[in-house]
Amino acid sequence: MSRVEIMTGNQAAALGARLARVQVVAAYPITPQTSLTETLAQLIESGEMQAEYIRVDGEHSALTVCIAASTIGARAFTATSANGLLYMHEQIHWAAGSRLPIVMCCVNRGVGAPWTIFNDQQDSISQRDTGWIQLYCRDNQEIIDTVIQAFRIAETIYCPVMVCYDGFVLSHTLMPVEIPEEEKVDAFLPPYRPHTILDDTNPRTINPVMFADLRANAEGILCDGYMEIRYKLEYALKGALKTIQDVSDEYALVFGRDHGGLIWEYKTSDAEVILTGMGSIATEATIAADILREKGIPAGVVGIRAYRPFPTEALIRALKRARSIHCLEKAVSYGFAGPVYTDLRAALYGSECDAQMQDYITSLGGRDIQPSTIAEVVLNRIKSDAFDGRFREPIWINCRTE
Amino acid sequence: MPETLFKINAKEYILPGNRSCQGCGLSLAYRMALKALREKTIMVLGPSCLCVLHGLYPSTAVLIPGFNTTFASAGAAASGLVAGLRALGRDNETVCAFIGDGGTSDMGIQSLSGAAERQTDFIYVCYDNEGYMNTGTQRSSATPLGAITTTTPIYTKEEHKKDLVRIMEAHEIPYIATANAAYPIDLYDKFVKAKKIKGTRYIHLFIPCPPGWGFPPKDTIKIGRLAVETGVFPLFEIENGKFHFTGRSRALAERGHKIPVSTYLERQARFQKMTPAQVNVFQQWVDRRWEDFLRRAEADAKHFLS
Ligand SMILES: Cc1ncc(C[n+]2csc(CCOP(=O)(O)OP(=O)(O)O)c2C)c(N)n1
Ligand code: SF4
Repeated sequence: MSRVEIMTGNQAAALGARLARVQVVAAYPITPQTSLTETLAQLIESGEMQAEYIRVDGEHSALTVCIAASTIGARAFTATSANGLLYMHEQIHWAAGSRLPIVMCCVNRGVGAPWTIFNDQQDSISQRDTGWIQLYCRDNQEIIDTVIQAFRIAETIYCPVMVCYDGFVLSHTLMPVEIPEEEKVDAFLPPYRPHTILDDTNPRTINPVMFADLRANAEGILCDGYMEIRYKLEYALKGALKTIQDVSDEYALVFGRDHGGLIWEYKTSDAEVILTGMGSIATEATIAADILREKGIPAGVVGIRAYRPFPTEALIRALKRARSIHCLEKAVSYGFAGPVYTDLRAALYGSECDAQMQDYITSLGGRDIQPSTIAEVVLNRIKSDAFDGRFREPIWINCRTE
Repeated sequence: MPETLFKINAKEYILPGNRSCQGCGLSLAYRMALKALREKTIMVLGPSCLCVLHGLYPSTAVLIPGFNTTFASAGAAASGLVAGLRALGRDNETVCAFIGDGGTSDMGIQSLSGAAERQTDFIYVCYDNEGYMNTGTQRSSATPLGAITTTTPIYTKEEHKKDLVRIMEAHEIPYIATANAAYPIDLYDKFVKAKKIKGTRYIHLFIPCPPGWGFPPKDTIKIGRLAVETGVFPLFEIENGKFHFTGRSRALAERGHKIPVSTYLERQARFQKMTPAQVNVFQQWVDRRWEDFLRRAEADAKHFLS
């Protein structure tokens, strides 16, 4: 029997890693990820979890340890936040380029300077173009389930997965979480098999310097150039759309919980006004949608769970009846707009969805936002006559902008 | 027991036709090191001349599996391999990192220090060609005083070389050794010994580099020997904190005198701008270190006897 316990998002992630039978953990503390690292240390030192725990000298090393361990064939896990994630940047690319199925939790936090320890999603967003799959969770139940799913996805297509969830909002908030049964997880997640065996029976040099063009090996077989190898990463990421959905569907069958795979929807069947976003801000948007409905606006929410790969087709399907789309974002691509808005606008351009779109920047560095505020700004925006389909500057909610 | 030339493993682990320069001290040293380490070794490589020697995709010149990692991360990469091997129960393999002086004394020092502090079970080799050679002879913190590099083109390097061995000693690791491409048997013995020890082992290799240092490729061995004869690069081991000279340096220590550093400096174009005053400072630096080593060798030998 599975059991329900009250726990934080960080505890849920740690338990997910234990259930996934992670073999090597390397992590470095940073708020708000810290209690996740500590929980893992506790689980491993008490013998509840069988894994090597490397207490590294920094996040660059943390991910390097995972890269090396994963190459050898051990299931590897790490977690970080904000500047820790930025400090890993070189290795984040390296992990994806090496096609290693590492899972990392990013406990979302704003990045310095200036320092903030509080939540937004600028950290994971700034690692968007590295070749990692990025999944955003809404609650602690989804965190534990997503960590398990993430290993299954990663090991199916040999790409690393970042499981993102909002710092403090989820990482430090207690919620009831149903803990999946061990035997079921074991059946769902078979042991990891590395794509390359690193030993001297067939000595290889992994990740050597490449040429741009294809080159023949010693047997005269023409091997990929740098560009082909990069194309394969892109191809794998695109294919991951199906894998993420399939894994989520199978998980729902086995464990009875469906977090929606690529996207999730709330009251969209008759909705004309759609709010969208990732993580807990999208959850908050569901309350805002209800408030709008009380005011007679047929509102709904399309939450984005998979941000990379970007679920273009699923979003077009979910949004095709929308009259207006409102993106709530905890990150900015400075000099343009929020990342979700940018991608969504590009994805919808020329599709059957011709909704008006507005971008909102909100909650940076933990700035509070209430569902009633979201409802209010959206309402104001819908009423505005400047809603003509052209690009408009993002609206910074709850921010002194004069 | 010191090995002799005849006991050296006859198997070659570097195939003919690798990409190092003519007269490269690294290819000589690496060949001997691999003979000593043998099979069941996984090599961690960083961006460096050795990465190029190992081969460009899709071919390799080396019969030992190589794991390329980024510039700053060799110590952590080795830690990850060791952890992964342990997790999988593969317990008879040696993890070795073979990294340039730049990847060791500059960028990689954090992850190396972390790995050593954790007493990670691996061999770390710093092959010291005294500069960033792969990128075309820039200054590293291991470049000696007075050397011209492409980033110290006019004034030459104005500081002494960073003493990495002392930094590594501060980690209280069980085995530290210096070795030199020009003394292959001494080098071989040290790798054989290091392989048998558990914990972090650190070997600092002196690698004469013809294009980077400015001497003819035929003189690699000569330059390597002069570094030892002058006391610029003494050969020694520090086993569980106990220091002793080895090989040619031991003979020099017993005989009590070494030759002037100018004989070493004047054969290399990189030192051609050194003023007599700088040569003097260099000589004093060498003498001071040599005296320290002599005192230490004596003290540790006494300690050993009592
Ligand atoms: C993060 C990063 N910065 C810079 C470089 C460029 N780079 C490649 S090799 C190298 C020098 C390597 O020097 P060293 O470690 O002494 O090895 P050597 O080339 O002398 O064998 C540098 C600076 C890099 N690969 N990665
Ligand atoms: S630059 Fe120096 S160390 Fe590098 S391959 Fe050439 S000779 Fe060897």
